[in-house]
Amino acid sequence: MGEITTSLVLAGELVATGDARLASIVTLSLQVSLTATLLACLIGMPLGALLAVGRFPGRHTLIVLFNGLMGLPPVVVGLLVYLLLSRAGPLGQFGLLFTPAAMIIAQTILIVPIVAALARQVIEDAWREYREQLRSLGASRLRAAMTLLWDGRFSLTTAGLAGFGRAIAEVGAVMIVGGNIDGVTRVMTTTIALETSKGDLPLALALGLILIAVVLAVNTAAFMLRQWAEKRWG
Amino acid sequence: MGIGMAWLVLDRLGLTENGVCIINDVSLKVGAGRTAILGPNGAGKSTLLRLMHGLLRPSAGAQHWPAPLTQGMVFQRPVMLRTTALANVEYGLKLRGIKTPERRQRAMAALERVGLPAIAERPARRLSGGEQQRVALARAWALEPQVLFLDEPTASLDPASSREVERIIREIAASGTRIVMTTHNLGQARRIAEEVLFIDSGRVVEQSPVEEFFTRPRHVAAQRFLEEETP
Repeated sequence: MGEITTSLVLAGELVATGDARLASIVTLSLQVSLTATLLACLIGMPLGALLAVGRFPGRHTLIVLFNGLMGLPPVVVGLLVYLLLSRAGPLGQFGLLFTPAAMIIAQTILIVPIVAALARQVIEDAWREYREQLRSLGASRLRAAMTLLWDGRFSLTTAGLAGFGRAIAEVGAVMIVGGNIDGVTRVMTTTIALETSKGDLPLALALGLILIAVVLAVNTAAFMLRQWAEKRWG
Repeated sequence: MGIGMAWLVLDRLGLTENGVCIINDVSLKVGAGRTAILGPNGAGKSTLLRLMHGLLRPSAGAQHWPAPLTQGMVFQRPVMLRTTALANVEYGLKLRGIKTPERRQRAMAALERVGLPAIAERPARRLSGGEQQRVALARAWALEPQVLFLDEPTASLDPASSREVERIIREIAASGTRIVMTTHNLGQARRIAEEVLFIDSGRVVEQSPVEEFFTRPRHVAAQRFLEEETP
């Protein structure tokens, strides 16, 4: 009990004093996961919309595939990206392994299925409601998909958030492709794993608290945005 | 059979879904400027309208347009995009590739014709049901369709909104657009239509000028329907 209290106090001090090491770790975490989320939204949302609105052979297979890939294990994604980026791998020439770029790639791959599958659900529901009206006005399927993406923008924040939540919290993929190099690829989750095993609990706890706070803050912001949007746009 | 030169011909049109026959062997010519489709609930009124508009593909027969006409449709429940009323009206024009200055002007003019210029910048989904339906009418009207299909356009509206929507429909008709509408409001059919298509269990069993239909219905199903529906 005493150790936990001491660790919590030390963790509070680290946060309160704006510890430089802590700050750089938090910043890198946010940079990597937010970039991955942005990329995953750019790829996953149009993909989800096309899965919802499109009519092509293999559509149902793809839907099931993306739903299944939502549960993709981070360590497996890490391993695959590692094989792709390692010196002997097909993309080895770019020298990306053990850089933040590799971490962004891995997290993007990890969360594209989440964003796409959730976006598909949102767009498919809207399509059911809008379909006849949009067709009557002469919208092509592609055009309809674009319209629905824009119209569903507030509901789609949930899909983006689910992706971000997954990215910022995962440790397996970034550990493998980033290597947890101090000052280069060390993020919140990998630090927590390392410091815990080393016995430095205050830093691990401080990062854990910040991680929770960040996730809560982002979700609160998104909730408020949706509330506002509902009120403003119905 | 039918009033005026036929502009739409249905030839043995049928629709069967999951083994259930919804529209059964309908052959007729539409030539009237204002047509009402009447019939009991579940008779196939809305389905027939959707087949005419091309939202549904018939499983039997065909429809012919002697001359191709531009079409629009207004639904029972208006579907409003999460944007302003004006942008909703502009959306249809945008799909036609009409560029901004003209697009805005035409959308605004359409909103004026439905009596709603004041709410142009308001979020469409926050408007009342009656206002939303008028925005939907403006959206369809802005495209100046040669035929406008309306599916129970006043079914979910209060009497005042219904009157306003009826006024707009009459104005759209007066501007030269052909009207085909389903309704369960007999007074409305009488006020708006020139000709009635009466549908019963997926078959159009009577096509008559409106006065004739209401005073001397020929088909027994139509007679029964009018007896039951007339207070």
